Amino acid sequence: MHVATFRQQLAKEPAIAAEGSGVQKTALAVKLQAENLNFYYGKFQALHGISLSIVTYKITAFIGPSGCGKSTFLRTMNRMNETVRNTRVEGKLLLDGQDLREMDVTFVRRRVGMVFQKSNPFPKTIFDNVAYGLRVNGVRSRPVIEAAVERSLRRAALWDEVKDKLRKPASALSGGQQQRLCIARALAVEPEVLLLDEPCSALDPIATLKIEELLFQIKDITTIVIVTHNMQQAARLADYTGFFLMGKLIEFDDTRKIFQNPSKKETEDYVTGRFG
Amino acid sequence: MATSFPVEPRVIVRSPRTFIERLRGGDQIALLTTLVCAVTIIVVVALIVVELWMNSQPAIKAFGWHFLTSSTWDPNAEKFGALPFIYGTCLTSALALLIAIPLGIAAAIFLAEMAPPQLSNLLTFLIELLAAVPSVIYGLLGIFVLVPLIRDCLVPVLVKFFGYLPIFQGDFYGVSFLSASLVLSVMVAPFIISVSREVLLAVPVEQREAALAVGATKWEATWQIVLPNASTGIIGSVFLALARALGETMAVTMVIGNTPKITASLFSPGYSIAAVIANEFAEASGRLYVSSLIFLGLVLFGLTIVINAVARILVLTTTQRSA
Repeated sequence: MHVATFRQQLAKEPAIAAEGSGVQKTALAVKLQAENLNFYYGKFQALHGISLSIVTYKITAFIGPSGCGKSTFLRTMNRMNETVRNTRVEGKLLLDGQDLREMDVTFVRRRVGMVFQKSNPFPKTIFDNVAYGLRVNGVRSRPVIEAAVERSLRRAALWDEVKDKLRKPASALSGGQQQRLCIARALAVEPEVLLLDEPCSALDPIATLKIEELLFQIKDITTIVIVTHNMQQAARLADYTGFFLMGKLIEFDDTRKIFQNPSKKETEDYVTGRFG
Repeated sequence: MATSFPVEPRVIVRSPRTFIERLRGGDQIALLTTLVCAVTIIVVVALIVVELWMNSQPAIKAFGWHFLTSSTWDPNAEKFGALPFIYGTCLTSALALLIAIPLGIAAAIFLAEMAPPQLSNLLTFLIELLAAVPSVIYGLLGIFVLVPLIRDCLVPVLVKFFGYLPIFQGDFYGVSFLSASLVLSVMVAPFIISVSREVLLAVPVEQREAALAVGATKWEATWQIVLPNASTGIIGSVFLALARALGETMAVTMVIGNTPKITASLFSPGYSIAAVIANEFAEASGRLYVSSLIFLGLVLFGLTIVINAVARILVLTTTQRSA
């Protein structure tokens, strides 16, 4: 993509986000709900009484300085934090009104997918990377897997770039392509929620733009929650934005409100760059 | 605020360093020292080959390639052939690896992925201690513990269920290929366990999380993702184990039976290259006898190189296909 087009795209994006957030004043379905959620690493309390609702088919962004707990909160939503030793969760976390912590953990993670900060394709072929989630969930039919792989790669805006080299190792792809491959892998099992933990922090602006575009494309089929260090990204992408500071959710509101007219002083300091 | 300040003329560029100054600077000395160390190793290897080659000349002249294919070992008649020893070395090493690889990898998976960290560290310490036990101790363990155990527990079961196989026929008197292989497997397993554990632990946590995130169970993530990620390192640990098994002398000679015979049955006694050299070198009389033993050493050296090379090529081709 030419740099000029890229800049135009970049300029257009906040407008799209604003339009998106304008529409949803009517009844909103809550996909995920946290109620008074506390999280501890050993004795250290990383999250203090987080309560919020994630709305279906919207993009929700979490912003905040490093170590504020936004990633920790994201990782409690698919129970990935359980893999870390000596951690403890208190409070409620509801997926479609049901307690996440009482469900089978693999079922939770199939419904709530995740994309990580560092792209982490398996040392397998491109095809097998995307197919992994299906196979692990018991899909054996070859035509079904092939169709799902193509669909996922198309949704991740990667199909045209890789359709002729599906049997090549994933490591041969560029950084941005690898991250889109990881998104395709997450989408292949058709998760109801997609969590993204700073998915663009290691990518250049063009690769970042591609990912943002594809997130817009897939928000019709999945609810998106994204943690980002990049406030412009949150402003461009998100319908709702939450601001975390020192393990507390300081403010959670319409993205436009957070960036244009925040009600808390801390939020205003952070989004205007006066933080610290 | 002053917008400019006077600059004193200073000499910034010095003349190039002299040779002595460069020496003192460290680069040259470091290069020289490390080079000498590296060359020393190569010289030692070369010396071993030259020495083995020179001293085995009489045997090479007398037997040639026939030495490798002949199974007669008769010092009285001065007829020497290496085949029973090559057979014994290869058979016991292969069988030892066959037992030690699954055992070692399973133990490494437990230590790296499942055991709580404190338990894992304690067990790993004990296992690494096992690798430091002198081989003569393993020989004693073999004679006093393993052989009776094999005789009383393992052999009856093998005979009952697999007695029709040629490898489990004949009588078992204790010293045998089977005993030597089992002792060897106990000796080489610690290498596989401790190295495999390290490489499993070194697999990035992102790989595990990626698998878990699409709904894999912990075991699926371990077996399908973490293990393939660590495969190169695990295969490296198997090489290490193989090298030790091929060259192991003391423990093998104590339990293999020291009989230069080629039989299919694992219950019968045999001999290995390293064991025959150790046993017969001191009392070898006659130039051809000594020379034949040294020739055996050369064969063992060559065997080790060939097996390692083949294994390495195998790994290279398979990893290229999958990566």
